[in-house]
Amino acid sequence: MRFALTAEQRSFAEALDGLLGAAEVPAATRAWGAGDTAPGLRLWEQLAELGVPALVVPEALGGIGGTPLDVVVAFEALGRHGVPGPWVESVALAPSLLAGTEHEGVLADLAEGAARVTVAAPPQTPYALDVAAATHTYLLDADGLAAATSTRKLTSVDPSRHLHSVQAEGTAVAVDSTAVARGLDLAALACAASLVGAGERMLRESVAYVAQRRQFGRAIGEYQAVKHALADVRVALDFARPLVHGAAHELEADSEVAARDVSAAKVAATDAAHLASRTALQVHGAIGYTLEHDLSIFILRARALAGAWGTTSQHRARVLHHLTATR
Amino acid sequence: MSLGFTEAEEAFRAEARAWLAENSPGRLPSMDTEEGARAHRDWEKALAGGRWSVVAWPEQYGGRDASLVEWVIFEEEYYLSGSPTRITQNGISLLAPIIFGHGTPEQQERYLPAMVDGTEVWAQAWSEPEAGSDLAGIRSRAERDDERGGWVLNGQKTWSSRAPFADRGFGLFRSDPAAERHRGLTYFLFPLDAEGITVRPIAQLDGDAGFAEIFFDDVFVPDADVLGGVGDGWRVAMSTAGNERGLSLRAPGRFLAAADRLLDLWHERGEESPQLRDDVVDAWIGARAYQLYTWGTVDRLQGGGDMGADGSVNKLFWSQLDVDLHETALDLLGPEQELRGEGAVSNGAWVDDYLFSLAGPIYAGTNEIQRNIVAERILGLPRGDNRRSGA
Ligand SMILES: Cc1cc2nc3c(=O)[nH]c(=O)nc-3n(C[C@H](O)[C@H](O)[C@H](O)COP(=O)(O)OP(=O)(O)OC[C@H]3O[C@@H](n4cnc5c(N)ncnc54)[C@H](O)[C@@H]3O)c2cc1C
Repeated sequence: MRFALTAEQRSFAEALDGLLGAAEVPAATRAWGAGDTAPGLRLWEQLAELGVPALVVPEALGGIGGTPLDVVVAFEALGRHGVPGPWVESVALAPSLLAGTEHEGVLADLAEGAARVTVAAPPQTPYALDVAAATHTYLLDADGLAAATSTRKLTSVDPSRHLHSVQAEGTAVAVDSTAVARGLDLAALACAASLVGAGERMLRESVAYVAQRRQFGRAIGEYQAVKHALADVRVALDFARPLVHGAAHELEADSEVAARDVSAAKVAATDAAHLASRTALQVHGAIGYTLEHDLSIFILRARALAGAWGTTSQHRARVLHHLTATR
Repeated sequence: MSLGFTEAEEAFRAEARAWLAENSPGRLPSMDTEEGARAHRDWEKALAGGRWSVVAWPEQYGGRDASLVEWVIFEEEYYLSGSPTRITQNGISLLAPIIFGHGTPEQQERYLPAMVDGTEVWAQAWSEPEAGSDLAGIRSRAERDDERGGWVLNGQKTWSSRAPFADRGFGLFRSDPAAERHRGLTYFLFPLDAEGITVRPIAQLDGDAGFAEIFFDDVFVPDADVLGGVGDGWRVAMSTAGNERGLSLRAPGRFLAAADRLLDLWHERGEESPQLRDDVVDAWIGARAYQLYTWGTVDRLQGGGDMGADGSVNKLFWSQLDVDLHETALDLLGPEQELRGEGAVSNGAWVDDYLFSLAGPIYAGTNEIQRNIVAERILGLPRGDNRRSGA
């Protein structure tokens, strides 16, 4: 039995944190939201040098052939730093969807960091993210997988997420349903990991803030109401993460409980990130309610991701379905 | 779990499962009644006979020298088999680690074997009427009696679980009134039928006399029953507090089993309420999270890490999970939710377990105290003027 990350995974996480910590991600995220994708795309290149887009692309197609746990490690870091862009779509979903189809060639470019893929997969994920910044846009529906173009822009609660309704152009190709299911599960799991990362970041910011902000002659972090609220966030995140890691192990083993555990992870990560964001906002007071404070990036991201790659209600239903199917 | 257990671990699981399937008595009457206490002691004898009572202990004391992983595997199987909570828990989980760590060879010989098979059931006597969360405020005293070579205890303990049907107690007494609060405390072992001791049972919320007050009126305890050094009781006791919270390491099976029963109940009732449906799922997700969290901790401990303040994170989680899970079950029962005993669903097991769950946020250090610990020791927030401790 082994649950901990491997030494390589730990140093991968450290490398990502080192890179992103030095990269002024909040500025890149704000620019991305305002339509200037240049800093965000530079970030994409740097992350590509660490192998992020190549993670689950098979070795034969120029990738690393990594595990779902590698993906989880990467997305927790992306979430912790609030990195913008269609990462879930490119890293977690595209390899399963495209491998074995006529679009397979895209994967080599993706692994190198030259291609960026976005996918709309209605009904669960009806909108394509960041079509303008992507090199390839797809629609995955009952007809299969087709190249697609934007028909309409929509506004997300998270200003750094540009959403689009899309329509197919060109004919759909059939994709293996197991591969689709696996890709969607990995996408939901990556999203869950991002949420844990965002939650961790909000907790860290809050802890730093309450230690320094003084009212009534003391640091507000000395007040028990504040302490207890943050302790509850610690608990929620500490119990969401093992679900995310556990689901990654089950996906890796292709076990029959993998789908159930991915859904459980998405629910718990969403709830934990939600608690983290509500608490972070509360302890920051009005400064937390401003767009200029970096906290806003994480609060709004967490809210947006709650509905992406399956809502908590859809995922709860899936857990229940798995648990009761055999009763 | 398919997290890759070794063949030996899987074999251990299979052996435990087979033995429990063959021997488990299922749910027993409450251990806080005379009849129940007897039944529980019989069950402990059976467990010890199969060498399943203390699997992680050395073979010399009736254990199997099992690894931490095997121990948690056993605990999962134990609860999944529907076996009852252990009447020997205070002894084998709270006191024994202290006796192993701080006890004399004589104390190890004298006390360990008798607690393994339930021959001697122990009560923890820490709390006092004026010392609950602020445990260092205890006043019960121990005075030196050089002539008889021991100590004389006076004072009062309270909320001592199992004391009405237990044989012996362990607790802290102030042996040096001049010393600073956390110093000058000494850890004593004593028989509950010693001269000068009065045990007064107190009925709990569920109606049974689950705990008791213990009065000490010139009770003599020989030097041989001082555990750890004189004046060193706080340090010794705090290592037990860690164990009490760490006990939850063994509980994932308990919550998974309860979540499983909850799913059955939901299924039987065909309940359509989306809120209740979500609550049922969340109970299961919580139990699964707890299981995975525990395996993560076990993995870390095996790698040489320690539990530290994580026990507090753990305690906050399971105690809330336990209450939520049982409230959901009662909601599912509709108007039958108030019934206990005969005529109630599962003879009222849901209500009984619900009442038990309500104590979780209070005992083993209240959840407010745990939140203080998490905030200060894990998050590093500044210490205010609230003190922390907790029995
Ligand atoms: C079922 C059960 C079994 C028990 N078994 C045993 C046993 O076997 N042996 C034993 O010795 N004891 C036992 N106890 C006692 C238990 O350890 C104490 O109840 C517990 O430590 C709390 O102490 P108290 O009840 O005196 O509450 P108090 O300490 O008076 O607390 C009352 C309330 O004030 C809050 N509070 C206190 N201090 C603070 C603070 N600094 N910050 C914020 N809030 C605070 C508490 O959290 C609580 O909500 C048991 C209790 C229960 C319910």
